[in-house]
Amino acid sequence: MIHFHPEKARAFAQDDARAHWHDKALWFVRVKRDRGAATVPEWERLREAAAGIKAHTLSRLAGYLEEFERNATANGMQVHWARDGEEHNRIVHGILERHGVTRMVKSKSMLTEECHLNPYLEARGIEVVDTDLGERIVQLAGEPPSHIVMPAIHRKKEEIGELFHEKLGTPAGLSDPTLLTEKARQHLREKFLGAQAGLTGVNFAIAETGGFVVVTNEGNADMGTTLPPVHVASMGIEKVIPRLADLGVFTRLLARSATGQPVSSYTTHFHAPLPGGELHVVIVDNGRSRMLADAHRRQALGCIRCGACLNTCPVYRRSGGYSYSYLIPGPIGSVLGGHRDLRGHASLPFASSLCGSCTDVCPVKVDLHHQLLVLRQEAGEQGLVPLGKRMGMKAASFAMARPGLFRAGGRMARWLLWAAPGLARIGPAGAWLRGRELPVPPRESFAELYDRETAGSGEDRS
Amino acid sequence: MAQVGLFIPCYVDQFFPRVGLATLRILRGLGLSVVYPREQTCCGQPMYNTGCTREARPLAERFVRLFSGFEAVVAPSASCVSMVKVHYPDLLGETPEVKALALRTFDLSEYLVDVIGVTRVEGDYPRKVGLHRSCHGIRELRESSSSERMDAPFDKTRQLLSQLRGIELVELERPDECCGFGGTFAVTEEAVSCMMGRDRIADHVRAGAEVIAGYDMSCLMHLDGLARRDGTALPVVHVAEMLEKARLVR
Repeated sequence: MIHFHPEKARAFAQDDARAHWHDKALWFVRVKRDRGAATVPEWERLREAAAGIKAHTLSRLAGYLEEFERNATANGMQVHWARDGEEHNRIVHGILERHGVTRMVKSKSMLTEECHLNPYLEARGIEVVDTDLGERIVQLAGEPPSHIVMPAIHRKKEEIGELFHEKLGTPAGLSDPTLLTEKARQHLREKFLGAQAGLTGVNFAIAETGGFVVVTNEGNADMGTTLPPVHVASMGIEKVIPRLADLGVFTRLLARSATGQPVSSYTTHFHAPLPGGELHVVIVDNGRSRMLADAHRRQALGCIRCGACLNTCPVYRRSGGYSYSYLIPGPIGSVLGGHRDLRGHASLPFASSLCGSCTDVCPVKVDLHHQLLVLRQEAGEQGLVPLGKRMGMKAASFAMARPGLFRAGGRMARWLLWAAPGLARIGPAGAWLRGRELPVPPRESFAELYDRETAGSGEDRS
Repeated sequence: MAQVGLFIPCYVDQFFPRVGLATLRILRGLGLSVVYPREQTCCGQPMYNTGCTREARPLAERFVRLFSGFEAVVAPSASCVSMVKVHYPDLLGETPEVKALALRTFDLSEYLVDVIGVTRVEGDYPRKVGLHRSCHGIRELRESSSSERMDAPFDKTRQLLSQLRGIELVELERPDECCGFGGTFAVTEEAVSCMMGRDRIADHVRAGAEVIAGYDMSCLMHLDGLARRDGTALPVVHVAEMLEKARLVR
């Protein structure tokens, strides 16, 4: 797994025009985010507040979850607890089975991706239709999302036209976004009308009120939960916040960080089932409490899934969502994937130049690049750093602890580079040289220049 | 006791000695007593960032030993300084000695602006310059504001360079995007690393830069290596070399 990201990234970058198209599309979103954030004079204080609320909540998570459960139950919701993805899927299936549901619509939820809910339900004879446009596109294509907010960002409009032609029977050659969206809308409208249940994610669950909030731009969560009588909401344990008053801090940050919008088109509060209907909330752990147990890792549970760290990441923009072995790509995905299963995602902590742009853009101040650094150290301890690199670092450390050896080695390396530059190609510099030149070796090191300079100034003084 | 311990990163010592020399001359030109501890080698950052903590620790320990006696430690490299300032306390523990050294270690620009209090720079640099602010200077040392954070903009390096007569600092489309060097990232993720570097160079070229200036030779070595391979006539220069001949007034 240690070569997963570099190999996929190389393949993606090979198509230079497409990789640059991807880079520019996402940079455009980053610029929109900058403009949105700049309109809020207290932006940095909002981030501070959001990080503080998350840190506080995570430090008393069990209490807030139980408070949410009490109040949600009093509101008429049914609350379920799932230890892992399997249990979550079983609970959701049980609810659907009881109601004889064979057709369900679903708005965006990375958690259900994490639990592999769709294949689980499909194998049990339930049709699941993703109703977010981007999600529907990747679902029709049989792909996972390549971005957490813009799942089909890797596809060009012409390719979507082709896909719709093949799957939805639209005329060949369509590429006008408005027209394609209208076709998807008509297609989805039928699915909404035929659905017997709707599933949504949860952006924020409010302990104080026992209500929860779902944010979308397309209104698909609203339509998917107002037409059918049964609503299932899946949430990770980290989604709870203490009070309704805290919500505004997050909604102001979320929309601007995600797309630069001042507010998302739909911010819907759910408090009770529809008259005669049922509202189920499934609260899922699936490894989160392990992260919660560690004070540093815990920070990553503050993530509100805005995707800003993906958009700003110079590596993600040039390597694409599918170059990451974890289902959530980009910096936050590398952190979450690494914390979850480092052996399975050993290349991800290294798929970063550690530039820190992710940390500065994050609306809840997750120290993403330092988390990656900690994961690299864990990888080192667990023997997940490639042997060549490890040996190189061992040798370098040995030499660097001995100034005489370092200076002699440096002199020799400079001489060799000057005398036989071709030799570098077979050494560790080979990968460097594939696309770049090495520096021109100087005759003398700084240490030698220093001696002369200092001797010279000594003479001046005498 | 010498005022300043001169910290010359290992690769600067071996490959860019003129940058070390320029730093030495700037500091001595300010009337400071500067000593270059001969026993210094590497701060341990390459090992640390690769996850090889066991290999990094002895180097960090000897660095602390060698440099603890100085009033200030100054290096022409934001990245290596951030290793000492930001990561040593994690690596070695927050002992009084490590914490004190972290507080007293500076990249050249921040030392000149914050500690020495240079307010005026008298010198010439009649060229169009693209300033490549490297990530560790921006987001670890906070030598300048970052484009992500909505703080009041500032830039200590630019503050110095902009006073050089004749200089024109060009405006980049992406003012602080990473060049893609990233230490071993440059080799492990070679394809993305090179693409990032070429994109940075293209931004500088579009902005009309005749030279790329920076405060980390590692980024500049990567960008220069790409420019030379592609035949792009865009030399690189370290901030210290630009300030070497100038008169710095407190």
